[in-house]
Amino acid sequence: MRDVAVVGVGMNKWGELWGTSLRDIFVEAALKAMDDAGVDRIDSLYVGCMSPGLFVGQEHLASLLADYLGQCPIPAVRVESACASGGMALRMGWMDVALGLHDIVMVSGIEKMLDVDGAGATYALATAADQEFECYNGATFPGLYAMIANAYQKKHRIAAERFRDQLAHVAVKNHANGHLNPNAQYRAKLTLDDVKNATMVADPLRLYDCSPITDGAAAAILCPLDLAKKKFKNHPLVAVIGTGAATDTIALHDREDLTWLRSTEVAARQAYRMANVEPTQVDFAEVHDCFTIAEICVTEALGFFAAGKGGEAAMAGDTALKGKKPVNTSGGLKSKGHPVGATGIAQILELVLQLRGEAGERQASKARIGLAQNMGGSGGSAVVHILKAL
Amino acid sequence: MAQEGKIGIVGYGSYIPRYRIKLEEIAKVWGADAVAYKRGLMLYEKSVPAPDQDVITMSVEAARRAVVRAAIDPIRIGALYIGSESHPYAVKPSGTVVAEALGATPDCRCADFEFACKAGTEAMFVAYSEVKAGVVSYAMGIGADTSQGAPGDALEYSASAGAAAFLFGKKDVLATVDFTAAFMTDTPDFWRREHAFYPSHGSRFTGEPAYFKHTLGAGRKLFEISGTKPEDFRFAVFHQPNGKFPSRAAEMLGFNKKQYETGLLSPWLGNTYSGASPIGLTAILDVAKPGDRIFMVSFGSGAGSDGFVFTVTEAIKGKAKLTPQTRPQLDENKFYLDYGQYAKFRGKILMAGH
Repeated sequence: MRDVAVVGVGMNKWGELWGTSLRDIFVEAALKAMDDAGVDRIDSLYVGCMSPGLFVGQEHLASLLADYLGQCPIPAVRVESACASGGMALRMGWMDVALGLHDIVMVSGIEKMLDVDGAGATYALATAADQEFECYNGATFPGLYAMIANAYQKKHRIAAERFRDQLAHVAVKNHANGHLNPNAQYRAKLTLDDVKNATMVADPLRLYDCSPITDGAAAAILCPLDLAKKKFKNHPLVAVIGTGAATDTIALHDREDLTWLRSTEVAARQAYRMANVEPTQVDFAEVHDCFTIAEICVTEALGFFAAGKGGEAAMAGDTALKGKKPVNTSGGLKSKGHPVGATGIAQILELVLQLRGEAGERQASKARIGLAQNMGGSGGSAVVHILKAL
Repeated sequence: MAQEGKIGIVGYGSYIPRYRIKLEEIAKVWGADAVAYKRGLMLYEKSVPAPDQDVITMSVEAARRAVVRAAIDPIRIGALYIGSESHPYAVKPSGTVVAEALGATPDCRCADFEFACKAGTEAMFVAYSEVKAGVVSYAMGIGADTSQGAPGDALEYSASAGAAAFLFGKKDVLATVDFTAAFMTDTPDFWRREHAFYPSHGSRFTGEPAYFKHTLGAGRKLFEISGTKPEDFRFAVFHQPNGKFPSRAAEMLGFNKKQYETGLLSPWLGNTYSGASPIGLTAILDVAKPGDRIFMVSFGSGAGSDGFVFTVTEAIKGKAKLTPQTRPQLDENKFYLDYGQYAKFRGKILMAGH
């Protein structure tokens, strides 16, 4: 297999993009990635997108986007794994390059979620849960993650007030980072009191414990590392040194332990093995904080912190931009936004900017090895990538 | 657009039903977070029309008060337009009943207007324009609604009832219309299809791309064509679907709270739709002094905003006390309903024979 480099990244400003169509949002981000790499042609295209059919009534998406990007007749395919669609698209693109099928491959993600109302978006997102056993009984994702949160608090015997503080610290930290990210949807800084007193969504999760509904896209250009060394000298080189993907029961209630994200643990183990790095060697990470409790559980499943200690680490500032292990320097899903299919690719963009030293005000002090974890549903799928500055 | 002379408001009146329901009472029924609604939208209670009140009866009340303040013979009213999205009849004008009740028939032009919450100010603009064109001596523009909000929907916390009427003429003008502006696009943020009982809306889409884009668009245009600045005005009034939107829009345009608080009634009145900014204007005229300038911008979904710059004249003196004023109607003699009574008043209970 060939080693793979990321030679271009691009995204647009995320938010409520009422005036821009799905195809235009994609083309803007894709052209930025192509400009960043300095290419005008790509050999194949992977598009992570969860549900264009439900959100905008458009299937057959990858061909449409290849056309509007002016790249027909290249092969193009949409990759779907709920909220992990973007990360999975990267993994498909990585395989494409590693196996030697194509040289210049675009991996991208997009979701246009605001063309439907709140009820429509909730319905579309809930299709990532088990329809027969979760959705038909009334569960939605805030409810499922609230169950994870309650189980976590009980299992680790954390006092309610203390636990509330832990969750709030995650939100405050991610908004502080997002405040420094010009592409983030909600750049406002939050206080602990803002988070603790916000409108209740699903006990104990309040409004600022939840990631928003977002329109947005992101794209990256992959190529063989050897080719990157010869032809792509615009930026410091960044290589994909590890990839892993795994599944778990899609229904939360089928898991032995509601608080342990096994798919993330397994995917991370694969990625660590391939990259030949330990969790302690990862300098910073972008993780799937669809809810504040998710970030806490993910940082444990990745091996950054012991089980039950993720919240304490957040409170101690370990995951802050200036902490020992910065997590979600981009602002995460919480602040940057969560156009579900695009999230996994935007995580890669953040890793690349950090590894190049181009992250501006939110640049982590040490950024040589970065990890991205992207997760579908309540953890029914997970994909982990490790990138390294060469 | 140049200075438009001395045509303006010669009489005005408002009507607010005495019935109220508190936001907590509605939230209790739906298990909603009343504290969050109050904080987020700046809404505390809303007016409710009595079972026998509708756009016509409220318009009659407001229009009669306008005629009293104008002190003219109503037979001289040459045009009457009511803007509303809750006209009692789909086909049959509200305005004919009101004109008949006033004694303005038969030499009177009449049509009902609809443009969501902007219909009232459009009726005002057309009435003013007909006087300006010399077609009629006096013309009445009315904004009135008994707004609908589906049970459990966010609109149920705000949709309320009220009316305001303005008589335009050339003689004894209380407030001159100095400048007008319009800002309109096709923006489908809120609608009610034919035969639908309740309106639909685009949730957050009703905010930035609809209310704020058009309100700020018309406001900025009004500044530009009038060559004015926020500090040139003693009062500013905006469409008020809740307390938060107009406060934010006012501040984005450069007004301070002192300038917009007199016309901001929605926290205690709710959203009277076509009546919203017009009733706010009546509350301002009740306290305005000669020389005061008033900045007004309405908003209607679909979507558009009308803007007016008024200057109050000497003729305003003594007019407010001639009929019930707006603020006392809002603050006094209130009767609070529980949700059951509210449901009955608003026809939300399925009765035998329906």
